[in-house]
Amino acid sequence: MKILVCVTKAPDTTTKIQFTDNNTKLNEEGIQWILNPYDEWYALVRALELKESGAATAVHLISVGGADTEPIMRKALALGGDEAVRVNLAAGDSYQVAAQIAHYAKENAYDVVLCGKESIDYNNGSVGAMIAELLDTQFVSNATKLDIDGANLKLDREIDGGKQTISCPTPAVVSCQKGMAEPRIPNMRGIMAARTKPLNVVEPTAAEALVAAESYELPPAKTGVKLIDADNVQELVDLLHNEAKVI
Amino acid sequence: MVLVFAEQQNGTFKKATLEALSYGSNIAQTLGTEMAAVVLGECADTSVLAKYGADKIMHNSNAALNNYSSRAYTNAMAQVAQGASVIIFSDNVSARGMAPRLSARLQAGLVSGAIALPDTSNGFKVKKSVFSGKAFAHINVTTDKKIIALTPNAFGLIENPKAGTVETFEVALDEKDTAIQILETNTVSGDTVPLPEAELVVSGGRGLKGPENWGIVEDLAATIGATLACSRPVADSHWRPHHEHVGQTGGTIRPNLYIAIGISGAIQHLAGVNASKTIVVINKDPEAPFFKAADYGIVGDAFEVVPKLTEALKSYKAAQAN
Ligand SMILES: Cc1cc2nc3c(=O)[nH]c(=O)nc-3n(C[C@H](O)[C@H](O)[C@H](O)COP(=O)(O)OP(=O)(O)OC[C@H]3O[C@@H](n4cnc5c(N)ncnc54)[C@H](O)[C@@H]3O)c2cc1C
Ligand SMILES: Nc1ncnc2c1ncn2[C@@H]1O[C@H](COP(=O)(O)O)[C@@H](O)[C@H]1O
Repeated sequence: MKILVCVTKAPDTTTKIQFTDNNTKLNEEGIQWILNPYDEWYALVRALELKESGAATAVHLISVGGADTEPIMRKALALGGDEAVRVNLAAGDSYQVAAQIAHYAKENAYDVVLCGKESIDYNNGSVGAMIAELLDTQFVSNATKLDIDGANLKLDREIDGGKQTISCPTPAVVSCQKGMAEPRIPNMRGIMAARTKPLNVVEPTAAEALVAAESYELPPAKTGVKLIDADNVQELVDLLHNEAKVI
Repeated sequence: MVLVFAEQQNGTFKKATLEALSYGSNIAQTLGTEMAAVVLGECADTSVLAKYGADKIMHNSNAALNNYSSRAYTNAMAQVAQGASVIIFSDNVSARGMAPRLSARLQAGLVSGAIALPDTSNGFKVKKSVFSGKAFAHINVTTDKKIIALTPNAFGLIENPKAGTVETFEVALDEKDTAIQILETNTVSGDTVPLPEAELVVSGGRGLKGPENWGIVEDLAATIGATLACSRPVADSHWRPHHEHVGQTGGTIRPNLYIAIGISGAIQHLAGVNASKTIVVINKDPEAPFFKAADYGIVGDAFEVVPKLTEALKSYKAAQAN
């Protein structure tokens, strides 16, 4: 089985988010970019495990983005991806991203396309299902376990209020989350090897964005905590009832 | 027309679904049009949908649709979407398989994680949560048809009784539509509200020292009928099941009340919970960063404070019941 893993860059999780240009743009100053955790810890590591066990033959990476995406792609190669392709497009929305990946996946006939549950910047959780639609294949969202079983995938997926074990024919697109694998750290050999692995750049195919982010805002700052004495928990009960009105 | 996907679980509709209807009904009113609810699979009683504003109920009772399939469900939605200008889902796992598919198929712009009504004064802008709860974005949908997936607990329930005329429809399914085989289904114990929909949440962190100490957290939660959550290291150490993990890499929730016990309040944890309407923090360290994000705080040892709080809440509940 040939696996394509979709990876995207995201601000480090400790980043304090700020905006510029009249709140129309993310202030990228000082932001450390990381591999989107869902893509790295779950989709990519699980794909690598499947290759190591002999169940998968190839693990390729794809990212849609500008040249500033390449450091995180090198990291993904250092973890163990065989080769990577960057579609040279600073995409405007999930649909534009999905259209690029679907186009590439169709031309290169992958059995499985893995992506993360969501990107931690826009939190859309949309790209995977859009790729599946454009390829007219199966889609499994929020998978927590993935094994290859002949021509099928055996998966655990989250459902509303529980979990389901399913068998899904390939080709398929799967969005991955916690449970699927344990995070890894690239070793020196991997980092050295990554320098010479292919990272190809391809030009985008035509696709219009369907939505556009117009402006941003930060949540209102909390006005300050009301401290209650540990010996007077009754006061908290009263405040929750009378002031916050939540009980 | 505004079209709302009314997901059912064995013939019942969850609060989050009725919330999506309330939201859709409001948009239909603004646009001066009707709202139709779409029900897939066998369902004996759809009348509650009319109570929350459905002028029309489009029902496909094919038993092959009793189980969710992102492909089959998308086909069914696409079939009834011709006349729709806005299509609404409650943003949950099934919606994440359907709404993007439908968006790509109909070339209809999608906003997932929506938390407010669209602003139609200049374009069609929908507010959503981004950067895992650290900020909001206003997304303009530029296509004729629009799709919105609404975050649970973001809008509320509004009754608006309508006719709810039931219309049936058929959809042609092919083998790919039902190719995913379900081998086993496990649902989490049925008596508590699932985390994304919960209005009251009690959450524990590493400060509780070990899974054997969760009794005090469970007692507090049971007293007020709250759902349990936890910080990431707690789930990683298998003190608690993974589905209780909230934060940047876990669930994002917005309950009315979030009580955090023995949780330091790391930025990645806050990302998943800071949209909660009221936050109570119980921590023995007065410098714990969580106090900065809290509405109410108690500096103290959880093992002393929590049982006392549970007792006080029990008395309050007993007094209310009289
Ligand atoms: C990429 C990334 C993603 C992450 N995603 C998440 C996420 O999704 N969710 C998440 O939660 N974390 C996440 N984290 C981890 C996060 O950074 C913190 O490490 C974690 O939230 C800490 O958990 P904690 O507060 O339970 O434990 P600790 O930080 O150990 O805090 C324990 C707290 O308990 C208090 N305490 C101790 N004893 C008592 C007592 N007897 N009574 C009262 N209080 C007591 C202490 O004062 C302390 O504040 C992520 C980290 C990274 C790097
Ligand atoms: N620009 C991108 N390039 C490659 N993959 C992406 C990109 N954006 C999103 N993805 C993939 O799609 C998943 C869901 O992203 P999203 O729909 O943006 O939340 C991510 O976890 C990635 O696996």
